[in-house]
Amino acid sequence: MTDPIPQTPILQTQALTKAFGALVAVSNVSLDFAEGRVHAIIGPNGAGKTTLINLLSGDLLPTQGTIAYRGEDITHLPSNAVSQMGIGRSYQKTNIFPDFTCLQNCWLGAQSRLNTSMKFLRPARTYRRVMERAERAIEQCGLTHRRDTRAAAMSYGEQRQLEIGMMLATEPGLLLLDEPLAGMGPDESGQVIDLIKRLSQHHTVILIEHDMDAVFAVADLLTVMVNGEVLETGTPDQIRASQAVQDAYLGTEDGGHHG
Amino acid sequence: MTMSRPTMALLLAVLAGLFTFPFYGGEFYVEMMAEMMILGIFAMSLDLLIGFTGLISFGHAAFFGFAGYMLAIVTPESEPIAIWWALPVCLAAVAVAALVIGWFSVRTSGIYFIMITLAFAQMMYYYFNENQDLGGSDGKFISWDPMVAIGDWQLLDLSDLTTLYYVCFGSLIFVYLLLTVMLNAPFGQVIRGIRANENRTRALGFATFRYKLVSFVIAGTLAGFAGFLEAVRTDFANPAYLGWHESGLVMMFVILGGMGTLYGPALGALILGLLKSEMQDYIERVNLVMGFFVIAVVLFLPHGVAGLVERLGRPKATDDGEAAP
Repeated sequence: MTDPIPQTPILQTQALTKAFGALVAVSNVSLDFAEGRVHAIIGPNGAGKTTLINLLSGDLLPTQGTIAYRGEDITHLPSNAVSQMGIGRSYQKTNIFPDFTCLQNCWLGAQSRLNTSMKFLRPARTYRRVMERAERAIEQCGLTHRRDTRAAAMSYGEQRQLEIGMMLATEPGLLLLDEPLAGMGPDESGQVIDLIKRLSQHHTVILIEHDMDAVFAVADLLTVMVNGEVLETGTPDQIRASQAVQDAYLGTEDGGHHG
Repeated sequence: MTMSRPTMALLLAVLAGLFTFPFYGGEFYVEMMAEMMILGIFAMSLDLLIGFTGLISFGHAAFFGFAGYMLAIVTPESEPIAIWWALPVCLAAVAVAALVIGWFSVRTSGIYFIMITLAFAQMMYYYFNENQDLGGSDGKFISWDPMVAIGDWQLLDLSDLTTLYYVCFGSLIFVYLLLTVMLNAPFGQVIRGIRANENRTRALGFATFRYKLVSFVIAGTLAGFAGFLEAVRTDFANPAYLGWHESGLVMMFVILGGMGTLYGPALGALILGLLKSEMQDYIERVNLVMGFFVIAVVLFLPHGVAGLVERLGRPKATDDGEAAP
């Protein structure tokens, strides 16, 4: 067996823990994420996957442990600073600006890459490079035909695509995708899976997804989480073959509760 | 803030009416319209917070009233002060007050933001209300209007009613244009994002606290500008202008006029001000009638006067930017 992570990790967590009162949602998670790979995190509901993403993106502060990005400690950075370091995220529950058009949603993401947005005079629309970034993000997430539609008026699947578009507009190097396929029809799912494949050529991707076919189609590495802890990390083949994982998913762990 | 053509036509008609008003309006009404335009500026400044940043300040009058006291403080007893000194000094003092109050308030949200801005404003109100050096609850008389002159050449005589009227008129347009430009610039995009979804705006990489604070300071300073004009108009610094009554009144202008439109709150100030003073002659319990009016607008015109104007302007509105299937 070769080492599944040959390079230095782009993102590294050490003993990361998040407790909400007595509930430990993420417990002692130490993971290395390799640059350029698609690393999926799977596990039953309540395993702590989304909480882990929230810790990585700065939306939540950990109770204990550290996070390092390219060797730099980002454990206590707020989400805006994490975003500025080049870590983009999409949300599991659609989290967009409903009254903005598709373009305006992506625009705001693109504008965040200006040195500062404390600019009061020149009309925003005349910033050509911001506009180009926004347009490119719309194209990448497949919403060109919806460019000037209010986000609230789009279908749920399209809003999910926009969710990814907004993240891409910030031109991140590392993508945190929290269930990008949730609630999508098969056509839209197919599009987004293709998009993730395309993105993975130039980005590092950390992916949470319930759709196992999709996960095994795109992921280079998988981590299985159960009850806030890492059960196992390996290649898709290793995970498929793992007895521990099968037990967890079949619900024989802890004497058989079903998840 | 896309405006339909009929709305624009209506606003231009209102502006034309305001512009020509001193030629046919009586002195009493010219004075009153000047006040309404000042309140219009005040209302637009609050709309920047409520309608665009999503910060519901219940202490906005503090800046309006404070500017009046600053003018009273910097104006000597014996001679007028040059407006080139008075205005920047007053606005700078208001901006510093807004920075301090905003620094504490802007980290809270929702009901806590409402309460903390109210508390700061009431503290300032009581300070001026109890300060006998500044006239206590009687307020302080301002002996001289600021002088608008270059050397010995007087440009404008602010004690002349018609001149003051046009200064207020020009200021109303200036503040409207200033806010419009800002709201269309990158800064405006960020604060609109904050109002719609602050967490996502932060996740996209914006330090939202900073943008909210700057918005708070700009809004406070513009309220101070309105308060400065009001003090020039009345020659008086009045503690009541800092109180929660005044904050509530301007909030009513914003909500009834239509928040998030800028011109709506300005219209709200004009319309409500006129209604109130007109009714005062006929109806004793004017505030009771105003109460019914407020309830009616909130129930039947959820987007305020501006919403009504827009609805009349385009009867077959599609608000999606493209035809619904």
